[in-house]
Amino acid sequence: MLNHRFFRLAVAAWLLSVAPSIFAETVLVAVAANFTKPMTEIAEAFEKSTGHGAKLSFGSSGKFVAQIENGAPFEVFMAADQENAVKLQSAGLAVADTRFTYALGKLVLWSATPGLVDDRGEVLAKGGFKHLALADPKLAPYGAAAVEVLKNLGLLEKLQPLLVQGENISQTHQFISTGNAELGFVALSQVIENGKIAGGSGWIVPDAHYAPIRQDAILLTKGAENSAAPALLQFLKSPEARAIIRKYGYNLPSQP
Amino acid sequence: MLSSADIVTLWLTFKVASLATLIMLMLGTPLAWWLARTSSRFKGICNALVALPLVLPPTVLGFYLLVMLGPKGPIGQLTSELGWGTLPFTFPGLVVASVFYSLPFVVQPLQTSFAAIGRQPLEAAATLRAGPLDTFFSVVMPLAKPGFMTAAILGFAHTVGEFGVVLMVGGNIPDKTRVVSVQIYNHVEALEYQQAHWLAGGLLLFSFTVLLVLYSALKTHPVAHQLK
Repeated sequence: MLNHRFFRLAVAAWLLSVAPSIFAETVLVAVAANFTKPMTEIAEAFEKSTGHGAKLSFGSSGKFVAQIENGAPFEVFMAADQENAVKLQSAGLAVADTRFTYALGKLVLWSATPGLVDDRGEVLAKGGFKHLALADPKLAPYGAAAVEVLKNLGLLEKLQPLLVQGENISQTHQFISTGNAELGFVALSQVIENGKIAGGSGWIVPDAHYAPIRQDAILLTKGAENSAAPALLQFLKSPEARAIIRKYGYNLPSQP
Repeated sequence: MLSSADIVTLWLTFKVASLATLIMLMLGTPLAWWLARTSSRFKGICNALVALPLVLPPTVLGFYLLVMLGPKGPIGQLTSELGWGTLPFTFPGLVVASVFYSLPFVVQPLQTSFAAIGRQPLEAAATLRAGPLDTFFSVVMPLAKPGFMTAAILGFAHTVGEFGVVLMVGGNIPDKTRVVSVQIYNHVEALEYQQAHWLAGGLLLFSFTVLLVLYSALKTHPVAHQLK
């Protein structure tokens, strides 16, 4: 008797649990590595609010472009810059008129040592360090922005011999967090926790020093038939998602 | 065609690989000899430690090296004490990282060939009053020649092809730590496929030639033939 009732309950519970997934789809998303933390949180909110699932792959934008050009099954692409999203658009691998800027990256000069970086970045001119880390400017938009900052401060030539390049901002962060480079330029999103720089010391570089790092998202042709793909792009513009993006130290473009 | 920057990376790679191979032979020979002859309790542990780089993902190994060689790490503190500064982002650092990474490719062939010699030639040498060093240089080394060749060539070729570790501890500095594998990777990442093809093609040809020479040389010096 009890068994029988338990069985009925179990069936009911199972039915309830699969009900949303009958109408829900799952979207496969290629996400630039710098957006790992916020996107993980946004994907959870997306699943809660729409019932659709989002499967996330994190990596470098350039690699994703090469993979998508060669038939990778991604349905939405969230790049670390504008250029790579445009590239897929012109290659005819994306749906027309779906590209938009979902976040503006912010650059920070960061050190694992408390007190090393002052809040005006004067340490760059003062010196007293052996290595300054940045991401490869040829490959990473945050690296290109860092070079631009040094140029604007008139310090690029002087500091050139001290530069060490990470292949991407994650690696650059490792150079600095392990203390091998005393300081360096990373994304604010990598060192921010609850709206503050979590450890060490940092200078959030003023926007005037570098061109905005526009991160663009785009719907890929493979996702055109999947209702979850445009739903995710729509969700990225929602107040809920924008609050998460801001929390992780990104700026936002004015509402499209 | 290859740009001058590409040629610089090739030359640098050749320097790193030659130096690392030399150091690995010097460190690996006594280590392999000990491993081949000992019945110590630590033999298993040492064998496992030597083989670790074969199973660890290179970027993981690179990250550990970055931590250990860095200013907060034990090796980093030692090198700072000695007045050498820290090793990451320097040419010597690249060589040290390569030695860690390619050591199993040197130790294992040596260990196998030392073990294959057996006790008899050594005992014969001892009855003729040869000291241990004399025995090693005049009996063991000629007998283990194929092992030495394999070790040197594999160690060298593996260092040329390494990528993850040097990417992690090198810092990608032109003329100082930017080796050929990192340069190819950069070309691919920047979608410069043409340059990447040239360099990768060259590397492929090089590796294939090295292995071809190795195997044809080994055919003419079979260990068994030496031991008769």
